[in-house]
Amino acid sequence: MINYHFDWSVIARNMDRFLAALGLGLGLAVISLAIGCVLGLAVAYARVSPRRWLSGPAWFYVELIRCMPLLLLIFFIYFGLPEFGIYFMDKTQSFVLTLSLYAAAYMSEVFRAGLASIPKQYVEAAKAIGMRPWQRQRYVVLPVMFRITLPAISNNLISLFKDTSLAAAIAVPELTFLARQVNANTFRVMEVWLTASAMYLATAYLLATLLRLVERRYASIR
Amino acid sequence: MDFSMTPGTFLFEAWQARFSLLNGLSVTIGSSAITIVLATLLGILVGITLAYGWWPLRLLARLYVDFMRGIPVLVLILFTYYGLALFGINVPAFWAGVIALSAFATAHVAENLRGAVQSVPAGQMEAAKSIGLRFDQRLRYVIIPQAFRRMLPPWVNTGLEVVKGTTLLSVIGVVELLLASQQVMARNYLIIDFYLLAGAMYLAVNFALAQLGGMLERRFSYLRY
Amino acid sequence: MVEQVLLRAIGVRKSFGALEVLKGIDLEVRQGQVVSLIGASGSGKTTFLRCVNMLEEHDAGDILLDGDPIGYRVEGGKRRRMSETAVSAQRARIGMVFQQFNLFPHLTAEENVMLGLTKVLGKTKAEARDIAGHWLGKVGLEARRGHYPYQLSGGQQQRVAMARAVAMEPRLLLFDEVTSALDPELVAEVLQVMKALAESGMTMLVVSHEMLFVRDVSHHVVFMDQGKVAQAGSPAEVFGNPESERLRSFLGRFHGFF
Repeated sequence: MINYHFDWSVIARNMDRFLAALGLGLGLAVISLAIGCVLGLAVAYARVSPRRWLSGPAWFYVELIRCMPLLLLIFFIYFGLPEFGIYFMDKTQSFVLTLSLYAAAYMSEVFRAGLASIPKQYVEAAKAIGMRPWQRQRYVVLPVMFRITLPAISNNLISLFKDTSLAAAIAVPELTFLARQVNANTFRVMEVWLTASAMYLATAYLLATLLRLVERRYASIR
Repeated sequence: MDFSMTPGTFLFEAWQARFSLLNGLSVTIGSSAITIVLATLLGILVGITLAYGWWPLRLLARLYVDFMRGIPVLVLILFTYYGLALFGINVPAFWAGVIALSAFATAHVAENLRGAVQSVPAGQMEAAKSIGLRFDQRLRYVIIPQAFRRMLPPWVNTGLEVVKGTTLLSVIGVVELLLASQQVMARNYLIIDFYLLAGAMYLAVNFALAQLGGMLERRFSYLRY
Repeated sequence: MVEQVLLRAIGVRKSFGALEVLKGIDLEVRQGQVVSLIGASGSGKTTFLRCVNMLEEHDAGDILLDGDPIGYRVEGGKRRRMSETAVSAQRARIGMVFQQFNLFPHLTAEENVMLGLTKVLGKTKAEARDIAGHWLGKVGLEARRGHYPYQLSGGQQQRVAMARAVAMEPRLLLFDEVTSALDPELVAEVLQVMKALAESGMTMLVVSHEMLFVRDVSHHVVFMDQGKVAQAGSPAEVFGNPESERLRSFLGRFHGFF
């Protein structure tokens, strides 16, 4: 290794593939976060519901997912669902389904904390001007909660983005999968993994910066 | 699931596979335990550097932590696995994986420790100084005990992440619980059954870990301020 | 009564960024004296006190305890910072009581007092426990030795903090507005302990807004204004004959107490 000669031409030649793979990972993360937010919000409302038949299963779902390795869920849904006769999904769809279900559990915890932190007076004020329950949620509770939870949502997006690397295990051609492939074909170990690491790092950093800007834009409305 | 004891049924096949599965489970638990111990010890060092270190060291620690948190664990594991071999360091896949996981978890413990230590009011450090305690004594007797309770919940979380993270060792061929289960499925095609079994075992391990964390938290709940 | 000088400050300066907080402080504290620093907030009293205990590092001038510079030593005409261990050893000779008590919340009252005794002075647990018991008794809290800080009132916490400081048998005790964070009805019990300490011959440097206490207990009063010593002297001189308009207006705020 002392005499390892770096040869970046492999990377240069494959740069378009690397960028496409990175883009795919980012896309998977964003879609999964979006679906996860919708599902997670439903789960969060179920968890704070006074009805035990709603809050119980919601609690179970969240705890179950949080204790499960993501890789196991990915395999279970990809290899297991066909056993139940569900065949329509290709591996990318299967992965998005998995990551969304996974994200839903984490997002529901974020939203639950957000719901709990909304001052009672807001809801009472909304009641006082005669808003109906769903209006109170739609126009008062949710907008406030969105602002409170924005930093946590950002963090989750970055986590999910890093989690897309696990899609490599079922051969979804995202960055980690591509890196392994190029590594196997060229043996340019250092170049390949340094590039992949740098791309993940840079993207995570850019996301964090970008989201902080968004947070600041909303921070003024408090 | 068919629970009768004939070949091809879940119970029979699970009994047949009991040694491979338990072996996988022990690899999962073993690698998790080693990683958690290593990461805790190193994380304390890095965390204290983050909070109080001489500024070049602090910068180095900060870079390390941010790098580790920006790169997916799987990439870390693959990089370590292929990279170590390149350096002529021949370590088994198990250790390559444990090194990578520990490097990742160290960053989390360090950041957590920094946060907890800095949440201790400044007056505590001053009071400790004023009775003449040295820096190491101030940390050991005054700051760390108070930071400890605040560190516990995220520390347990890191532990759960580590246990879940050990599944990634299967990618570099370490036969831990997930890969062991998949090897069993390859023989008997009871895919759903054995994924569920593996899932139940992960649940049990993580549940136990979370309970342990809860117990510790209650044990130290007198540390109020 | 001419006792030896215990603490001497000469031209002490300290800035925080562009803001100069201490503009050359000269001050002496003799063995067994109680010296009080008074002045409006922002006049630099607390900063000076913190410099004496090396919680802040002063930029220029000298602070000498028993003739030794605090926090540094002089080598070839240059100031060199002392090692962490040496600074800690010096701090052990100076006790400090804080506005916010700063009791260690994870330790009982007794353990709070014992920590410095065992770890800094190297006493055995048994010795330390005896000493802690003695001083907790002096501040009237022997019955509370096993209580955690959150189980004590503010006044009780502050008395434990005083026991913690005195138990180290410091050469000098610093008091930084120790009654300011207390409810009014708890102030008296703390002042009473301070008074007893003063009468026992403890050397004390006190920052306080309790003018009655300052007048009755101090041997020497220093009025600080905008980072300088504006007037110093016996309580009778300072309170009876304020030289500057600023001191008059400062004391005027406490009018009715005298």
